[in-house]
Amino acid sequence: MDAARYLVDYLIFPGFLFTAVVGLLTTWVDRKVTARIHWRVGPPWYQPFADTVKLLGKEVIVPAGARKTGFLLMPIVGLAAATLASTILWKANLDPGNSFIGDSIVVLYIMTIPAIAMILGASASGNPLAILGGAREMKLLFAYELPLVIAMLTTVYKAESFSFENILRMQADSGQFLGSFSGTLAFIVAIFCAQAKCSLLPFDIAEAETELAGGAHIEYSGAPYAVVRLNMAIMLFIVPVFIVTMFWGGFTFVGWKILTSILKYVAVIVIMVLIKNTNPRVRIDQAVRFFWGPMLVLSIIALILAVLGY
Amino acid sequence: MVKKIPIGPFHPILEEPEFFELHVDGEKVVKIDMTIGWSHRGIEILSEHKTWDQVPFLVERICGICSCSHPYAYVKAVEDLLQVEVPKRAQYLRAIVAELERLHSHLLWTGLAGHFIGYNTVFMWTWKYREPVLDILEATTGNRNHYAMMRIGGVRRDIPTGEYGNIRKMLDDLWEKNELLTGAIVDDPVIHARTKGVGILDKKHCRLYGALGPTARSGGYDVDARRDHPIDAYPELDFDVIVCQNGDVFDKAVVRQMENFESIKLIRQCLDKLEAMGPGTEEDLCLEIGEIPPGEGIGVYEAPRGEVLHYIRSNGKNMPMRHKVRAPSFNNILTNEHSVVGNTVADAGLITAAVDPCYSCTERVGRVDVDSGDRYMMSEGDLIRLSQEKTEQIRKELEGN
Repeated sequence: MDAARYLVDYLIFPGFLFTAVVGLLTTWVDRKVTARIHWRVGPPWYQPFADTVKLLGKEVIVPAGARKTGFLLMPIVGLAAATLASTILWKANLDPGNSFIGDSIVVLYIMTIPAIAMILGASASGNPLAILGGAREMKLLFAYELPLVIAMLTTVYKAESFSFENILRMQADSGQFLGSFSGTLAFIVAIFCAQAKCSLLPFDIAEAETELAGGAHIEYSGAPYAVVRLNMAIMLFIVPVFIVTMFWGGFTFVGWKILTSILKYVAVIVIMVLIKNTNPRVRIDQAVRFFWGPMLVLSIIALILAVLGY
Repeated sequence: MVKKIPIGPFHPILEEPEFFELHVDGEKVVKIDMTIGWSHRGIEILSEHKTWDQVPFLVERICGICSCSHPYAYVKAVEDLLQVEVPKRAQYLRAIVAELERLHSHLLWTGLAGHFIGYNTVFMWTWKYREPVLDILEATTGNRNHYAMMRIGGVRRDIPTGEYGNIRKMLDDLWEKNELLTGAIVDDPVIHARTKGVGILDKKHCRLYGALGPTARSGGYDVDARRDHPIDAYPELDFDVIVCQNGDVFDKAVVRQMENFESIKLIRQCLDKLEAMGPGTEEDLCLEIGEIPPGEGIGVYEAPRGEVLHYIRSNGKNMPMRHKVRAPSFNNILTNEHSVVGNTVADAGLITAAVDPCYSCTERVGRVDVDSGDRYMMSEGDLIRLSQEKTEQIRKELEGN
């Protein structure tokens, strides 16, 4: 019985189906807001769904020099991992009782798998541009994970626990971490790391349309590309959810709080889209310097302040 | 380990087919190979099969962006052959259209450069601000592009008197928008990080490669055909030639942005002169040109990308006997050999785009063996030898007859 329930959780709600639908809607918000900033009209709300369906019907081309298994498997590995992260996150948010010890570490760990899958898929494609994109993604992964983990430790120190249950309870009882000085600093660091995690500008270095013509994704077509796109949509959904859970009191779906929950989520998305649209793409060396320089210092300051009780 | 990364022949950063092969060590470019000749259109030979008055329509299709500079240089070449001075009114009208073209071209480049570094907001905003320029062009020439304004001996049409106020208003708006854009570029720290010190082309190498236009001026090499080879109304108009010193991508952007202000000033001056003249007649627009006598002529004009040169030779018939075009991108693209090497792959695309290349304008025939796909390099000596052999062959045929 448990197995069936987990399967429903994973595949339907709050797993794959829910995450995919909301993720695609999130990409619509991204595209619409971007379009309005650009003085364009922007697509209708169902455009991401139409794109996905269209891609699913397209021919799948596997390049001659590619390792077929790895090339086609990796998007699915990424998708499975992103979905799992989403399931754990949402179950904890919907009912903190579902939380288990150290689940925030598990989610953080699983959220890196899509990036690693992307690197492996890019390497398997055999395209020099994809390999360059994969190499960039790897450097970027090393760069942003460190400040992100330290920013997360700020929360963990305040909550005195690694589990979402305690993190959420602590915020419900004694105020959101974002309200404190150290929490704000950690939140800023986390937003920039999220930008890199979702491959949004200025850190979409691995795809870099105008430099690498799509980089790591260059060889994907048809259904595998739809999966890659879905993967990115889901990441765009769960990374803000993770940030809101860690720093902004999570989501509650009772009474008025439904509205504030949605607003919190949309606010984070809009901040990310604004950063995306007001910055050019940086070079990989500049990105690494940014994360290991100012962001690392900022996150350590946040941690020290948290220890001092600010 | 040195790997090869292709940019092109088809790539999101290239509006036209061109092939750059980057030899990279990690992310660093150690060598660049350039292959041109992907869309050779045979403009020169086509032009030699069109009447003198048809050629302007052909040459404005060499480049969709410089679609006034090429006909301008061509009509100047024919007028050089004829030794005629076109009416004053036509001179101002020519300058207005040519400067409007420079405005729209520079704004187009700024937008594209924004797009190339992933700054699509700059791309969209700049192109929004560029739109009024196209509107002015439509109001003055009837076309948003391919203006068909130039004609041997003058221009084809006048600006309706009622449009002056409208044009002035749009220019005032554009001045403000251009200030906003220039400020956004000059003050943005991330744009600084991406463009300062990147793709440097110093004065020495500008001279060595014969760089032209904004590419040369950004590196401190002070050339501007409008000042150095003044034609038509330009000697009596007041404008500054913008020169920067560093030669990096940032300076190339700054030179273009500042030149926009100069262009607006020039158009305002021309409008003043036109208004002072009062309404014009047909005779004020174009000279009556009859037969083109045998002879040769050279026309030079500063296109948005640099000096464009047209050479024509006439044998007294109704078509040019020889028409030679040298677009500025031909010189500018080769400077990539110097400016790209030593930079990263991330910057290579931006640097190749920073010369504002117009690949199709520069296309030359390449010699390729169809069976093996080998490409041949021909030295000056080879070409002279081929030429002498052909002369010898023709001489023998003539003797045979």
